[in-house]
Amino acid sequence: MAKIKAQGVNFYYGQFKALADVSMEIAEHEVTALIGPSGCGKSTFLRCLNRMNDTIPGTRLEGKIELDGLDVYAPAYDVADLRRRVGMVFQKPNPFPQSIFDNVAFGLRILGQTRGLADCVEQSLRSAALWDEVRDHLHEPALGLSLGQQQRLCIARVLAVEPDIILMDEPCSALDPIATLAIEELMRQLKERYTIVIVTHNMQQAARVSDCTGLFWLGKLVEFNPTEKIFTQPDEQQTEDYVTGRFG
Amino acid sequence: MLETHHYRSTFDQRYAQARDDLLRMGQMVDNAIDRSIQALRARDQTLARQIIAEDLVINALRTTIEEECLVLIATQQPTASDLRATITAMFLTNEMERIADHANGIAKTVLRMGDEPLLKPLVDIPRMAEVARDMLRQSLDAFLARDIQAAHAIAARDAEIDHMYRAIFDELLAIMANDPKTITRATYLLWCGHNLERIGDRVTNIAERIVFMATGAREDLNE
Repeated sequence: MAKIKAQGVNFYYGQFKALADVSMEIAEHEVTALIGPSGCGKSTFLRCLNRMNDTIPGTRLEGKIELDGLDVYAPAYDVADLRRRVGMVFQKPNPFPQSIFDNVAFGLRILGQTRGLADCVEQSLRSAALWDEVRDHLHEPALGLSLGQQQRLCIARVLAVEPDIILMDEPCSALDPIATLAIEELMRQLKERYTIVIVTHNMQQAARVSDCTGLFWLGKLVEFNPTEKIFTQPDEQQTEDYVTGRFG
Repeated sequence: MLETHHYRSTFDQRYAQARDDLLRMGQMVDNAIDRSIQALRARDQTLARQIIAEDLVINALRTTIEEECLVLIATQQPTASDLRATITAMFLTNEMERIADHANGIAKTVLRMGDEPLLKPLVDIPRMAEVARDMLRQSLDAFLARDIQAAHAIAARDAEIDHMYRAIFDELLAIMANDPKTITRATYLLWCGHNLERIGDRVTNIAERIVFMATGAREDLNE
């Protein structure tokens, strides 16, 4: 069964229709990449998955998005729980101006956890492949880390609250190539336990890390297929033109 | 509708270079087959030696094209039809290098034959060579045009070559059975026929790759 199922999703910023009839089934324990030119709706769609767009006035969603079979836009759905289960990593690393430890413990403290914090922080940092680099500096400022380390810290902060799904919106666009490869390697490890959806402008990154890829174009999902197919033998001419760099 | 742009001019230019080198290689290989039959007909050992020497040039060109494709993949990261075209160019250069080896094989046979007279007048062997060369030239056109129908038609012609090879084989076998003293000279002609039969198979492989390049599908055209 699909972990996330979007059915006939339309999304509006005021009068502007940013998504048109998008349907997609995102499989559990896979990396799904969303690609497409700027303004095509891929980030809007990503933010629909954990209702991040709710915070923007004048937005409206039609259609249905289900997580484990439950409609996340149903009135009874607990949005706070949704955001815990569906964590998000952003384009620029955004650690809080606190210590490394406090950054990772932040969500746990919000959830009221007071015991076993150190173990949870260690485990999250290990899962984010950062522990060995920071184990002796846990109480130093997070902003002293390199950008690549900061992004892995943000991933550790997401992992600490034990989500099912991690959404990543251009997570490597501010990072150098080595830090980028470190995050990509991390994604491959994390998908064993989590479901990952990544928006990327870097098509080669989509090709390297994802199992399935969706191409958005003018708010529509043009094609959604296994990544190998998208990059070797896509079904749609628009996909062919986009991945070969013949429109954009 | 958004404006359509074309951002792959570097890929296109570099691919065009590899493709043009491939076509040049195809002409050299075609020429090598033609001259190997001329050498066989005229028992021209000088020409045979030239063919053998020029095979090194073809081998070097193959390395050049392979390198051009490797650089394309490493630096331009082609995808979809561009990736298939690049991989196909690499495959074709390999097949053509082997076809040249078969022409080389005929030239080497001419050297072995020395001054001995031909066992029989050459009839089917030059015909086989003509069909094989025609298939090769058409395959290069089909490669350029990404023409699937032409690729199928080219592969179908391999049956003509196979048919002529079987006829030569049966005829030479009968001659050898009748007079064992002819075995050496008959074997020379069998080698030549076998080289041409293999060229037909390799052009069929090229036709299969053209279908793959155009559609992404792998079809077995070797019946």
